[in-house]
Amino acid sequence: MQYITTIGLEVHVQLKTQSKMFCSCPVGFGDEPNKNTCPTCLGLPGALPVLNRGAIERTVLAGIMLGCETPPISKWDRKNYFYPDMPKNYQISQFDLPLCLGGGVLLYDHCYPKDAQKDIEESGKEIGLTRIHLEEDVAKSTHSSNGTSIDFNRAGTPLMEIVSEPEITSPEEAFAYLNSLRQILIYGDLSDADMEKGQMRCDVNVSVRPDSQEELGVKIELKNMNSVSAVRRALHYEISRQIRVVKEGGELVQSTRRWDDDIGETQQMRIKEDAHDYRYFPDPDLLPVKTEDVIKKMRLQVPELPHQKAKRFVRDFSVSEYDASVLSSDRDLALYFEETANESEAKKKVANWVINNVLAVLNERDLKVAQCPVSPSKLALIIKMVESGKISNNQAKEIFAVLFDNPDKDPDAIITELGFEPADSNLIESIVEEVVSNNPEKVKEIQEGNDKLINWLTGQVMKASKGKANPKIIGDLLRKKIL
Amino acid sequence: MQDKSIDVNYVADLARLELTEDECERFSEQLNKVIDFIKQLEKLETDSIEPMAHASPVYDVMRDDVSRPGFGTDTALLNAPMTSNNQFKVTRVVES
Repeated sequence: MQYITTIGLEVHVQLKTQSKMFCSCPVGFGDEPNKNTCPTCLGLPGALPVLNRGAIERTVLAGIMLGCETPPISKWDRKNYFYPDMPKNYQISQFDLPLCLGGGVLLYDHCYPKDAQKDIEESGKEIGLTRIHLEEDVAKSTHSSNGTSIDFNRAGTPLMEIVSEPEITSPEEAFAYLNSLRQILIYGDLSDADMEKGQMRCDVNVSVRPDSQEELGVKIELKNMNSVSAVRRALHYEISRQIRVVKEGGELVQSTRRWDDDIGETQQMRIKEDAHDYRYFPDPDLLPVKTEDVIKKMRLQVPELPHQKAKRFVRDFSVSEYDASVLSSDRDLALYFEETANESEAKKKVANWVINNVLAVLNERDLKVAQCPVSPSKLALIIKMVESGKISNNQAKEIFAVLFDNPDKDPDAIITELGFEPADSNLIESIVEEVVSNNPEKVKEIQEGNDKLINWLTGQVMKASKGKANPKIIGDLLRKKIL
Repeated sequence: MQDKSIDVNYVADLARLELTEDECERFSEQLNKVIDFIKQLEKLETDSIEPMAHASPVYDVMRDDVSRPGFGTDTALLNAPMTSNNQFKVTRVVES
């Protein structure tokens, strides 16, 4: 029997604002515990919340980028529960009038796991969204054997909750969903959305059912996945577990399970009697928001989305679709490429260079694209030198490496330093003549049509010139001599 | 509007309150009276009345996204009954 998997994701994303959602305390990491706090975010009695316009604008922008509708009026509600990370005993959230409704996330091919990109079940699939609402993050608790310690620096950070429809059907799609969503959020400069830093967190609902069965299986919630890959691993484990239970005639119970990435298992946390009873009610401390003006303002700030950028790269720079998707997968990478390509005639070569050489060096040194010390115009200059035959591609790589550590140096000066000065053309010509006369059989074969052997002869000339000659020029010289 | 009378024990449980049997009975009576009072609304014709998002007809009270320094750790912890490493210390919370 075949089983159908149904997955829905609830993703929490910390917004990149200066201040918290309901007070002016700074948002950030790494400060001394409880430094960035005030009566409001500590939940002290009587403290009143005030809405952060920036957080509302960013959420509306996320909605526009993801094709959501925004209701004309949006309001704030209290979600009641008891936990020491939220000492006023309710979280301010949104219940029936969230900032965004509907919309969807387009799954980009390059956002699937590398090993699964060859057999994507449904390329171009869009996962529908139920809603996006804005709420406040809670404090950070650290559990130890003798108690729980609480740091309120995080409490009150604006948090978007993005709820998907249960339209994801495999762990690979869940992986692609999270990566695509992350890319879009980064493009909008809404969040850094790094799961490992807790800026993006996700709860997963998953159920299985035999394909003969109409209604959905028992929904089980998974928690504690700290990376996109961990979400994929947890889902693989949990889906097989659920199928095994069903096959063995057992019964699944609606419950919450915790993923342990070290052991590679999900473990039961709690069984839900009913849905959580949070007793939502409108927060009397906060006034509703009319969204029309916010939408108008944010419409003007919608950035080009990754897939739109990729399309433009294919159209304007004639790069391949694959290269375009790689280049647009990271906003900073796309910017770097575009700036270089704009200063260069050989746009395709620029794409190759950025993908193969620039990224390789950055990865090697564990740097982000934004930290690349070599400016786009210098890179364009190096590529131009290769194109004109002044230096070889390998020499260009060496020059790039030197520039990487000495970004202020002049590429021409590096050429002299490294002795990449093109050899005297008379010398090269004499080497070419020598190689030709020493290899009469190879020359004959070339004249009979074996063009590939030119490369072999070129290699001989390169060797004799100690790498100083330019292979392109040698090739041309050889052809002139022989053919 | 809910029809059945209020389950005081359940609500008390949600609010982490422990009630004696006597209290339970008394509050049940009182709260049901409150519900009955609200139920008067059912008798009114409300079809043509627009729902309100808030009791006060004011919108868009917001501040710009500008931060200012918080309390600082020492002040923040002044009321804490127990602290540890500059954090509030509470009884161990088990992930239930």
